[in-house]
Amino acid sequence: MTSLVGKRSLSLSRIAIYALLMFAVLLYLVPLVVMLLTSFKTPEDISTGNLLSWPSVITGIGWVKAWATVDGYFWNSIKITVPAVLASTAIGALNGYVLSMWRFRGSQLFFGLLLFGCFLPFQTVLLPASFTLGKMGLASTTTGLVIVHIVYGLAFTTLFFRNYYVSIPDALVKAARLDGAGFFTIFRRIILPMSTPIIMVCLIWQFTQIWNDFLFGVVFSSGDSQPITVALNNLVNTSTGVKEYNVDMAAAMIAGLPTLLVYVVAGKYFVRGLTAGAVKG
Amino acid sequence: MNSTAAFRKVSPFDALQRWLPKLVLAPSMFIVLVGFYGYILWTFVLSFTRSTFLPNYTWAGLAQYQRLFENDRWWVASKNLLVFGGLFIGITLVIGVTLAVLLDQRIRREGFIRTIYLYPMALSMIVTGTAWKWLLNPGMGLDKLLRDWGWEGFRLDWLIDPDRVVYCLVIAAVWQASGFIMAMFLAGLRGVDQSIIRAAQIDGASLPRIYWKVVLPSLRPVFFSAVMILAHIAIKSFDLVAAMTAGGPGYSSDLPAMFMYSFTFSRGQMGMGSASAILMLGAILAIIVPYLYSELRAKRND
Repeated sequence: MTSLVGKRSLSLSRIAIYALLMFAVLLYLVPLVVMLLTSFKTPEDISTGNLLSWPSVITGIGWVKAWATVDGYFWNSIKITVPAVLASTAIGALNGYVLSMWRFRGSQLFFGLLLFGCFLPFQTVLLPASFTLGKMGLASTTTGLVIVHIVYGLAFTTLFFRNYYVSIPDALVKAARLDGAGFFTIFRRIILPMSTPIIMVCLIWQFTQIWNDFLFGVVFSSGDSQPITVALNNLVNTSTGVKEYNVDMAAAMIAGLPTLLVYVVAGKYFVRGLTAGAVKG
Repeated sequence: MNSTAAFRKVSPFDALQRWLPKLVLAPSMFIVLVGFYGYILWTFVLSFTRSTFLPNYTWAGLAQYQRLFENDRWWVASKNLLVFGGLFIGITLVIGVTLAVLLDQRIRREGFIRTIYLYPMALSMIVTGTAWKWLLNPGMGLDKLLRDWGWEGFRLDWLIDPDRVVYCLVIAAVWQASGFIMAMFLAGLRGVDQSIIRAAQIDGASLPRIYWKVVLPSLRPVFFSAVMILAHIAIKSFDLVAAMTAGGPGYSSDLPAMFMYSFTFSRGQMGMGSASAILMLGAILAIIVPYLYSELRAKRND
């Protein structure tokens, strides 16, 4: 059957399909190519050439200058992202485990309340959260941002694990319980070893979310504690001095590289997380 | 059997086991109740007070909402959201569906092509905004490129045109999200029963007709999810505006999320900012509640 269809539509329509797909590939790539080209050009080159002209001299000066401006913020982002991703994933796994295998009165209601958190417009919690961080003495610190990211990441991480664990047969856990295995033993010995795919999905989702965050970063940090997205925005949108587009583009690449790299290496899990988070949410 | 078990003395181990799940969930329950619902309530209360630079719990009734509705900038932001949201959702859907259908034709190197379509989704909106701000730069960006390539009369200065700057936001947002919508629909297409398509083919229907009349209508749930997700992205859009236009020229490209931020945190209008946040929540609820309702009903009908 497949070959029949294939033969019938091979020809002009087939070529048209490939042409359209390739055209779209080019369109999607243009911004990345432009960013890269511009980042390796000299300012003179940028003003005489155009977006897609090849650099007359390839120079790393843009990257050097960009790194000198944003390196501290890059490390801030790492300091914020790593603990927040690990903690929110761990808590999400335990929550999902309880919500799927140790249900109790009210746990479903809690799950419903939590689900809404996936849609919560953060604007409605920004002020109280900043008051709270202020009271805790964590205003404008990376620790404060870690806490905020853990709290508002919980909805998604719990959802991921809960939906994954729900499809594991009850019998497995029941048998272990009859054998006298406890809550944590079952989690460690039975559940965790089966969880690698969803852990990957969750880690990658959280990494992308938290690394790319701007709203929390700009509201809850200042000066030295800012994450890279905020630093990039400050760099690009300062009106003082001559605009150095090569530096802007190099800085944008630096801010984008970690998540791009994760996407290239573990794209499968990234896509799965997107669809799981989105469709089920 | 059960009754004998119940009569057995409950060992401390068993008692602990019974409480452990609740203990493990307790911190999260606390966080959700306070950090989600408590804080929403707090913001709700703030929107009825005279708070400016600092919280001030003097009751102001609906005054902040009234000020909001009398504020021209809020109307610009709301109108922009309608234009931006409408175009963004519409164009992203058309591109996403088209690419998904094209990719569903047993394409060689499909995985590679998909990877390219989807990579913008891995980037921060700030990076996307920075890139597109440069691409749309009047005089140096695409504007110049297309003239260099021989299109003499080409002008693209939307970024500094108050009437068209919103379209710049649309372009960047579509570039970022359309690959994701493509992936959603492609997953949906893979789930379509192939025998329906074959039956239609045997009846002599052309492939485009089959997609239009049979396949796409069967993906209605995917459409709903996609619209909801895109609307949600549109309402929350903040980073893109911050990076691309900062709301300018003037406040012509403001969106509610940007309005909320600048009134609350830069202009010391906490009460009015809170009111705008509550209205954003209302907009989200208006989309989410019908969606969840239809989801739940669909599940019950299963």
